[in-house]
Parts: sequence; C-alpha cells; structure tokens
Amino acid sequence: MSSNLHTHEAGGTHTTDVVIVGAGPVGLFAVFELGLLNLKCHLVDILNRPGGQCAELYPEKPIYDIPALPICTGQELTDALLKQISPFNAEYHFNQMVEGLEKTADGWKVTTDSGTTILAKVVVIAAGGGSFVPKKPPIKGIEAFEEKSVFYAVKKRETFRGKKLLIVGGGDSALDWTLNLHEIAEHITLVHRRDEFRAAPDSVHKMRALAEAGKIDLLFGQVTALEGENAQLEKVMITDNEKNTTALTCNVLLPFFGLTMKLGPVANFGLNLHENLITVDTEKFETSVPEIFAIGDINSYPGKLKLILSGFHEGALMAQQAFRYCRPGEKLRFQYTTSSTDLQKKLGVK
Amino acid sequence: MNIFTLNVTDHDGGEHVLEAPEGWRVMEVIRDNGLKIKAECGGACACATCHVYVDEAWLSKLIPPNADEEMMLDDAMMVEPNSRLSCQILMNEELNGLHVMLAPNPE
Repeated sequence: MSSNLHTHEAGGTHTTDVVIVGAGPVGLFAVFELGLLNLKCHLVDILNRPGGQCAELYPEKPIYDIPALPICTGQELTDALLKQISPFNAEYHFNQMVEGLEKTADGWKVTTDSGTTILAKVVVIAAGGGSFVPKKPPIKGIEAFEEKSVFYAVKKRETFRGKKLLIVGGGDSALDWTLNLHEIAEHITLVHRRDEFRAAPDSVHKMRALAEAGKIDLLFGQVTALEGENAQLEKVMITDNEKNTTALTCNVLLPFFGLTMKLGPVANFGLNLHENLITVDTEKFETSVPEIFAIGDINSYPGKLKLILSGFHEGALMAQQAFRYCRPGEKLRFQYTTSSTDLQKKLGVK
Repeated sequence: MNIFTLNVTDHDGGEHVLEAPEGWRVMEVIRDNGLKIKAECGGACACATCHVYVDEAWLSKLIPPNADEEMMLDDAMMVEPNSRLSCQILMNEELNGLHVMLAPNPE
C-alpha cells in the first residue's frame, strides 16, 4: 500500500494548500475532508511510513472502537484510510521532523530537520503524542555526553571509525549496527540484559558468529554509570544480572531501546499549550494562532477524549475553516458524498 | 464489580493508595489516578513505558511474564528481577493490596 504513495526525498521547496504535521490516522483522514473541499495536502512524518502510533506501536493489535468497524488492527485501519484518501493524491515527506514554522506574506513556511521547505496557507498539527524519538536511558549525567560520545542513532557511519564502541540493546537497531560497524570500529562490545535477542534471526546468527570468533565482545547486563570528561566518554559501568559491576573502557556509547514520543519542536511554535497539549476551540479546532490547527491526540479542549474517532470529527470541522482561509473568494458548500455528483467525481466514482 | 486496593510508590517516594477495580490493568489504575506513567501504547505490550517494580512480597502471586512481555522489557531500562510491565498485570482478588513502584521514565 505504502509503495503507491507520492513521496518526496528530503530537500527542495514545495507549495500546497495545507501542510499536515503527522501521518497517523487523524492526519490521513484530514486529507479526505480537505480533499472534498478541493484542498491539496502535504504530510510530514518522522516515521518512514504512514500510520503513526497505529503503525509503530500496535500494527497487529485489534482496535474495537472505530465506528462501523467492529474490529480492525492498526495496520488495517491505516491501509483502509490510505485507500479512502487515494483519490486526493496527497504528497508525503517521511523520515522528517517539522522544525520551523514561520509566517509569510500570504501563509506559512514550514521547514523540516532534513532541509525540506513547504509553503502553505494552512498548517494542521496532527502529531498525536508527539514525534517518535529514541529513548534516552535514565543514567545520571548522560546528557553531558550526547552528540559527542553518546548517540541514539547513527547518522554518519564514519564517525565511528577506529573507535571503541559499546552498543546496548537486543533488537534490530543494536544488532544491525553491531554487524555494520564492526568492520570500521577498533572494537565493539554488545551489551544486552539477557541471552535472548529479538532482532531478525539472521542478524542474531551473524552476531553470535562474530562473538564466537572473538571479533566482538558480547556481555549480559545493563549500563549503570558513565565516566568521562568534557563530553568524552572514557569508561562505562556494566552491572550484570548477579549485581557485579565492571568498568569497560570505551569512547562511544550507542544505546538502542526503541522509541518514545516527545512533543519536540511543536512546543516552540508559539502556540498556547496546556499540559504539553495544544489548546484549540471546538468549532474549528484552531490554535491560538490563526491558520494553525491542531487535531487528534495532540490537542486539548474541555471534554476532550483521546479517541481516533474524535480526531476524525475534529478534522472534518477544521477543514471547513481551512477552506475559508485557502479559498477566501469562494462560497463553501456543504455536500454529502451520497448525493453530490461533484463529490463523487472527486472520489472517482463511476 | 469488586474494588481492590493498589499501593503505588511514585518516583519521588510518595505513597498512593488507589482503588483498583477487578480486571483493570495495573497500568490503567495508575494512569487513571494521574500518576506519572507514560504508557504510550495504551496497554498493547508494545512500548515498555509502563515499567514498574513489584514489591518482592507480591512477586509469587503474579502470573510470570510471557515471552512478549520479556521481549518488551528489553526496551525498558534499569530492569530488575522484579521488573514488570504494569499493563500486563490484571487486578484480581489475589492481588488485593498489591504494591508496585514506578520505574524511571525514559526521556
């Protein structure tokens, strides 16, 4: 399904009616409601595919409270939404996080952390619980080493040439990077809390072969403390399951504990917030800044329920006001898909 | 529905005595009472952000973690032998008075 999407590589400048921040279920359905009103959308998401939490956290888990769908999984819901919005040819920017939001003479300039610029009349924030970012271990003083000798993701492989690396985790990221970096690192120690790995069996097999050949060290335990100076890591304390702690010399720590959600740059957009959520009105779901809307789990208003169905409703009402901003000279006509030949034409009904 | 008691120690050492309806997940009781637990996936055993430590005295009364929970605990941090994901513990009569401590939240 995702392979048919109109996606863009990072970079460049695009112009559209509406930018939607977040391609979860609520962002996807907003494409439908906006599309019925002839508004064109670009979506930006930090994940590499649409679906948001439904795709990242529970693709296989059943959801029971989508109207008229007694049961569907997160992935099925995502796929069904993509099918439903396909007539509207939305354009997608994946693996990117919206970082900047700036007023222009006739709308907004949205910029991402990967250098993409999108110009639009209206911005819709449908970012759910925030951006999925790597979990940071609650180890005392770890912030001081970040981006110098502690990294939660590998951006440039060459950074690690000739270094003594400590990689932590038992999933695909930990094992993929162990296999990938062992050729250029001076030494790699892989630390995991138990002798079982959930990474792809092939990677586990390859990693064990390297460990048996003495090309990497494999330890069981957890990182409990860090030592070093001026952001440069020198030693890491590893506590094993019998509570014995040993010091390991290393220059770089790469912890891979999966993802967590963080509000991120949205917090700095100058919008009114309430307990880390964006406050909106319940007529248009507009934020404290005109032309910026917030729908789905990320917004807050009296009586708010964090349900997917609430986000769908919010998207429909938001679209009415978005239309007024995008097409100031045109009359907004409310029509039903059951009867309107105009809407049916947009949906490709024959 | 039976209402049991759940005792929770928060990150600052504060003690909370919570009403825990039968069949509710420990995570749901904690979240419903506004204590600081992320529980991002909402109980799908898919995020490891509802990590708690179970008071040793209660460990034997719990159904041991299944393979899915053990696997997700790999994504938790500061894991101890008494670590559990609180979305995987359902309140029942045996657990009336259960005591858990909130584990550090990852940032």
